[in-house]
Amino acid sequence: MSIHPDLLNLLIGVFAILVAASTVGYVLQRRLSPDGSNKSIENLNDRIRAWWVMAVLLAIAFAGGRAGVILLFGFCSFAALREFMTLTHSRRADHWSLVAAFFVVLPYQYYLIWVDWYGLYAIFIPVYVFLLLPIVSALRGETESYLVRIAEVQWALMICVFCASHVPALLNLDIPGYEGRNVLLIAFLIVVVQLSDVLQYVWGKLAGKRKIAPRLSPSKTVEGFVGGVLSATLVGAGLWWMTPFTILQAGVLAFVIALLGFFGGLVMSAIKRDRGVKDWGHVIAGHGGVIDRLDSVVFSAPIFFHLVHFWWAGG
Amino acid sequence: MKQSGDQTGGQAGRLSGFARRAAISVFTVGVTLFARFVTAVLGIWVDNKPSRKRRIYFANHASHGDFILIWIVLPPRLRRRTRPVAGSDYWLKSRLRRFIGIDVFNAVLIDRNKETRTRDPIEIMQEAVDGGASLILFPEGTRNETDEPLQPFKAGLYHLARARPQLELVPVWIENLNRVMPKGEFIPVPLMCSVTFGPVLQLTGDETSEAFLARARDALLALRPAHNGGAA
Repeated sequence: MSIHPDLLNLLIGVFAILVAASTVGYVLQRRLSPDGSNKSIENLNDRIRAWWVMAVLLAIAFAGGRAGVILLFGFCSFAALREFMTLTHSRRADHWSLVAAFFVVLPYQYYLIWVDWYGLYAIFIPVYVFLLLPIVSALRGETESYLVRIAEVQWALMICVFCASHVPALLNLDIPGYEGRNVLLIAFLIVVVQLSDVLQYVWGKLAGKRKIAPRLSPSKTVEGFVGGVLSATLVGAGLWWMTPFTILQAGVLAFVIALLGFFGGLVMSAIKRDRGVKDWGHVIAGHGGVIDRLDSVVFSAPIFFHLVHFWWAGG
Repeated sequence: MKQSGDQTGGQAGRLSGFARRAAISVFTVGVTLFARFVTAVLGIWVDNKPSRKRRIYFANHASHGDFILIWIVLPPRLRRRTRPVAGSDYWLKSRLRRFIGIDVFNAVLIDRNKETRTRDPIEIMQEAVDGGASLILFPEGTRNETDEPLQPFKAGLYHLARARPQLELVPVWIENLNRVMPKGEFIPVPLMCSVTFGPVLQLTGDETSEAFLARARDALLALRPAHNGGAA
């Protein structure tokens, strides 16, 4: 599997930014927190290290082509579902629906992406699983919090498996004149979403005053939101050369992606507050859980997929 | 037991040759990877840290995987000297269990049946401790299959602490493993688990068995994570 020159350029750009970030982090650490006592700087460096790991993983997956990308997001789905189900009300009576969710639904959804069966992967979880899994739980006869339990399992599967699987599904789009370059659509989506997160954080730190949703997420501010989304839109427009879009189209799509990503983070925060936890998990130092990092991608991926599918891949 | 080609000193009695050691390594790595894959287990130390001192880790018991999780989150240098205390009725039943219990985890086996046993369990545990081991102990005696977070403690922990007062007693709360594999199920559901080590407890001079066991039980319950998630 060869790497497309556009992708190579992007990777070089991303790694250059990471080298710069690591350098800044190192200097800040030497200057302000030589004994590791400054929490924000330690957290910043944890985050930068985690970014390195994520960038390297993505690069490897891209180099592995279709199989690499599907496997990577399959594992992300698995880790996310594991975190999500931990915070639900599932009971012993749900054991078999959970086993089915992890070991049947998840692999099958990614298998459908692999064989490019759009007609089924677009409805497998929202229709078939939606109707069949509650039957498995009902057969065990436990009715306490039944609606809550089945709703939670369905929601977990929609977010962690169905939505996340739309990232590798971008590989399946047939866009005339863009053959063999679909992996760049994934790169575009992920770069815009993650940069939007980082830029919101940076704008919030620099200019943040008015809180958007103090009860959900004390760190999100109006200034961070506006600055982050707008600058991510500009960056997205500037990446038009690797997409099938014009500059304007790339900007509009980047705007939609960044906006959805922001609200995705807000929705997932609301769930965390409801469950009384700060992070979804503990597997990524500095970021918390996999869902903490994936929430915005998950919200933007299916809509980005369907917009491109409808307008560029012949509906 | 065969003794061919054995030069591993202390553990010599049970290891017989390269094949056995290889099997143990493969099994250990496999079990560790599998447990991490299913539980992403995280070790949390509250007012405490890993130590080479001899300790009794006493934990809640809901699943056969409990001591494996504790073992995994201990630093590797402490693992070899940390031995789970387990019922011989269960772990001697088949060759596979014998291999896992004795060869891999070097368990201290005690007979839980008062009628049939030939040796006092406390004596066996003392021997293991005197030999330099730290122990993993489940003071509830058997797996907790009730809805209560913790069953009443058996007195063994007290007697051991009385006999060896220098031991450090460490409460260890294992969170969520009971949901990963509820009683009677054989396929685990992947869920995040954590193992929380609490501050060291020591028996005071004149403490009664009841008072001490109540204190130990409270110390263990105090380590339960406070969140709304999980089975009600």
